[in-house]
Amino acid sequence: MAEILPRTIFLERQRSDTWWIEPVLVLLGLGAFIVYATWAAFQGDHYYTVSYLSPFYSPLIYVKSGVAGSAPLWHSLLGEWPSWWPSYLPASPAFLILMFPGLFRFTCYYYRGAYYKAFAATPPGCAVGAVPQKNYKGETFLLIFQNLHRYALYVAIIYLFILTADAVASFIYEGTLGFGVGTLVLLLNPVFLGLYTLGCHSLRHLVGGRKDCFSCAGSGPINGVYRKVSWMNRHHKLFAWVSLIWVGLSDAYVRLVSMGIITDWNTWGI
Amino acid sequence: MNISELKTYEHDVIVVGAGGAGLRAAIECSAQGMNTGLVCKSLLGKAHTVMAEGGMAAALGNVDHRDHWKVHFRDTMRGGKFLNVWRMAELHAKQAPERVRELEEWGAVFDRTKDGLINQRNFGGHRYPRLAHVGDRTGLEMIRTLQDYGIHQGFEVYMEYSALDLLKDGDRIAGLVAMVRDTGEFVVFKAKAVIFATGGAGKAWKVTSNSWEYTGDGYAMAYQAGAELMDLEFTQFHPTGMVWPPSVAGILVTEGVRGEGGILVNSEGIRFMFDNIPQRFASETAPNEEEANRWLAGDKNARRPAELLTRDVVARAILKEVKEGRGSPHGGAFLDIANRREAEYIKRKLPSMYHQFKVLAELDITKQPMEVGPTLHYFMGGIRVNADSQMTNVPGLFACGECSAGMHGANRLGGNSLSDLLVFGKLAGTGATDYCRSLGQAPQVDAQQVTQIIRSATDILNRESGENPYLIHDDLRETMQDKVGIVRTDEDLKQGIDQLEVLKQRYQKVKAEGTSQYNPGWHEALSMRNLLITSEAVAKAALLRTESRGAHTRLDHEGESDQWLQVNVVIKKGADGSMDVQKVPRPQPPQELQQVANAELEDLETAIAAEAKT
Amino acid sequence: MAKLRNFKIWRGDSDSGDLVNYQTEIDEGMVVLDAIHRIQVESAQDMAVRWNCKAGKCGSCSIEINGVPKLACMTRMNDYGEEETISCRPMKSFPVLKDLVTDVSWNYRQNQRIEPFKPRPREQDGNHRMMQEDVDRVQEFRKCIECYLCQNTCHVLRDHQKNDEFVGPRFMIRLASLEMHPLDTADRIPKIREEYGSGMCNITKCCTVVCPEHIEITDNGIIPLKERVVDRYYDPILWLKRKLFGKKDQSK
Repeated sequence: MAEILPRTIFLERQRSDTWWIEPVLVLLGLGAFIVYATWAAFQGDHYYTVSYLSPFYSPLIYVKSGVAGSAPLWHSLLGEWPSWWPSYLPASPAFLILMFPGLFRFTCYYYRGAYYKAFAATPPGCAVGAVPQKNYKGETFLLIFQNLHRYALYVAIIYLFILTADAVASFIYEGTLGFGVGTLVLLLNPVFLGLYTLGCHSLRHLVGGRKDCFSCAGSGPINGVYRKVSWMNRHHKLFAWVSLIWVGLSDAYVRLVSMGIITDWNTWGI
Repeated sequence: MNISELKTYEHDVIVVGAGGAGLRAAIECSAQGMNTGLVCKSLLGKAHTVMAEGGMAAALGNVDHRDHWKVHFRDTMRGGKFLNVWRMAELHAKQAPERVRELEEWGAVFDRTKDGLINQRNFGGHRYPRLAHVGDRTGLEMIRTLQDYGIHQGFEVYMEYSALDLLKDGDRIAGLVAMVRDTGEFVVFKAKAVIFATGGAGKAWKVTSNSWEYTGDGYAMAYQAGAELMDLEFTQFHPTGMVWPPSVAGILVTEGVRGEGGILVNSEGIRFMFDNIPQRFASETAPNEEEANRWLAGDKNARRPAELLTRDVVARAILKEVKEGRGSPHGGAFLDIANRREAEYIKRKLPSMYHQFKVLAELDITKQPMEVGPTLHYFMGGIRVNADSQMTNVPGLFACGECSAGMHGANRLGGNSLSDLLVFGKLAGTGATDYCRSLGQAPQVDAQQVTQIIRSATDILNRESGENPYLIHDDLRETMQDKVGIVRTDEDLKQGIDQLEVLKQRYQKVKAEGTSQYNPGWHEALSMRNLLITSEAVAKAALLRTESRGAHTRLDHEGESDQWLQVNVVIKKGADGSMDVQKVPRPQPPQELQQVANAELEDLETAIAAEAKT
Repeated sequence: MAKLRNFKIWRGDSDSGDLVNYQTEIDEGMVVLDAIHRIQVESAQDMAVRWNCKAGKCGSCSIEINGVPKLACMTRMNDYGEEETISCRPMKSFPVLKDLVTDVSWNYRQNQRIEPFKPRPREQDGNHRMMQEDVDRVQEFRKCIECYLCQNTCHVLRDHQKNDEFVGPRFMIRLASLEMHPLDTADRIPKIREEYGSGMCNITKCCTVVCPEHIEITDNGIIPLKERVVDRYYDPILWLKRKLFGKKDQSK
């Protein structure tokens, strides 16, 4: 059959509509996020202000005291930044932890499809010629690790708890209960992340999708959970973007307040 | 021509048509050990069965346990105005439930009741909720199930082959000649038996729910081979086809809309069906909106709304409203479900109706009423067969499904066709198998017949010039719509027959442009022969039957006549080649069946309940 | 009302072909298939196009309209600008037979490869019992009308021509409808990975985009199958669990 068909030419298409808008937006959006997140993670400073901890830096494993905009030492899980840390690596707390949520997104079924299109052009758009490959393998060969998405999910769920704890902690500044714009920012963050994380295709499989019969004996209340996860899953793309943008904005907000460029409105009057 | 150069396939049984009946017949033949071939005009799984929406009727009694084959049988006979072949209606009502369960066994996924059984819905003319269904795409479910099951049963499928004509060895069937649509080449199928499951001939009318395939191939080929056609005057106009926009006029709007509570309203906002209840159904139909609403709410003591009367009644009522100036803007009636059910319910129960109107008419049926009008839908009549074996008067030729006659009498109940396909598809398979086994010597193919069939097909291409087949078809559709429509008169029918005569003359000079390779113009021309023979038969049968019964309405002969109940109109090719139309007396029905069909509903139900107890 | 509109329709066969210009009048409510039929009657009697039901239920009239794979019978003319020329081409991923008609027999061969439905025995009373909530998923997949637009659009088949390694989206959802069927007892997971090629899909979702029945092919069909394959072959903890507790492979 193959020999009858014409060879594919990259970007070959008969479409005259604006099919390219979505992949270009994905390219720009994801690209901008990756650049910003990498830059912010390498800074190692201005990630804490008032009672707000940037989500890029949470959980704090070590804290390097004395850096501008760093968190108080009690916030750290293991205390002061270790002396054995090689000097050629940046001494940034984000460096230790950011890869886990990063992996969750990297192996996410939505993002995979989106970046295979926007970044790898396999294919760039529907019914638009893909980058020719001598031997296309899909996700069977180099990309086989994508199958471990569920493990990234397990970690991402732990992060949900951590970020929720951060949001709760942000209500207390030096022992006083209060709130500010920052608390709202940090509160919405785990909400959006939750809507995204709990709509994960792997989770949907684990909570019921793997069963052939929901109502059969021994399945318990599966169907209700499955339905809720399925609802979030239907909007996975939306929540993926909202949560991505929000987590980036949260870091930027903390950073800008910490740097003194903008002022946080809050009940503590600082 | 040397026919030894033609590709020749040899099978015990050749089934023509791959809709529900054809597939079921092929499955049965294979199961019985016959070497079977299935020839179809379209790709497998595209046959007209996919268009069936509402469901398949079978007295499973899952929703209302009072249902019983006898009640189903009684409904079928009353719907068919007692012209049905009694034995066929009996076989159908008795065997339909097992055919439905068998389909589930093969992978069909019907909608479920709360107890997890096959759900059943209400439909016109059925006393109880009886139609096993899948939303409004039951036909798709059925054909896909048969297809996916069938491809593993070992029969050969010849897709996109058009059967041209039958071959005979003396009186017996010897096979047929077909044309491969892709390439235009001719092939010979040698077979001991041929089963026709070729469907109807709706394409002779202008407004029809049928696809291009419905060109009466089976009727015409059987007629040419000497088989008898019966009851062809009974052409069912489905009351609810789309009327707007013009390019989709005729496309079916399922009776399921009314089954789910949809109502018919005229331009004055009146539910006119209450004024159109025939005497025969008066005692079983709600006389007013109040009782109809109680029925919709689930009251088991309430009677069914008048919208669910049989199709012939509803179609004529809509036509009357339009004629008397109370029609919808585009000449139909309003079918409203938007005000009867929640939007979500409509989308779940009638998803393809929602989609069809949204895309084709830019109308949201959960918000606005639909505009609907009668559309030619189904042939109750067809090839005359033996009720048990489905064999015609030509030894070795069988027919089942829409192309056969008898099961539905003068009017078919909605939902009875899908079960008809399975019940009689299976019986035809058994019948053909028995016939093959009883044959001593295999029939021989006569080369001269083959040459003759091929020559008449190629003449159409080889002519220097001639009539455009599409235009002949357009004129035929005008003629049938105007002269052999829902309501008929002696004068119209005679004019129609005259016009058909002219069309037949024009057809002698038909010319298809281009080559033989996948040439729709040529295909159209080839099927025109079949449409013309069928149309002539319908018109002549309609002219002869001087009464109004079921789907056959004669303005000049109103009402049913007892004399006409005693006979069928049977058509066959005369010795001189002209069409021979005759009244043939019907045999007396068995006493027991007669009692069931004529019983009062309450009496029958009491009897059934008593029987169940003992 | 009627307006003259321009068309370019691909005419040719397996050897060669090209777009040919046509003009015809368009009335209110017409779809692209109506226009093709009108052109057939007026000026191209032998132009080949496959069609049946003309109501989006049979899936015969799949072509590429202005480069987008669509059903010609469900594409309204007023979706396009009045001055726009409408181009119609045959599906790219299948060999052309003539004009707009392609040879889709490859798809039928894929269906043949799939192990058919194998139900558990009926219950005592002769019935099967399944709850509606358990068949909802399967019913979505069974809406498929086999138009093969997804097969045509899937880049694994269209661009990379991996027809030997991937059965395509249509048959992935056929497999899903069998695997998720509450009555089915067969196990197709090994073949789904090895022969039918679940790993070849890179979930770019073009199949879902072109599906005229709006089946969520990727999210509800292919991804859940991929996850079932993960359970069996890639999840180290589940693998260990099976080794330790000797649990059977099958989820059924």
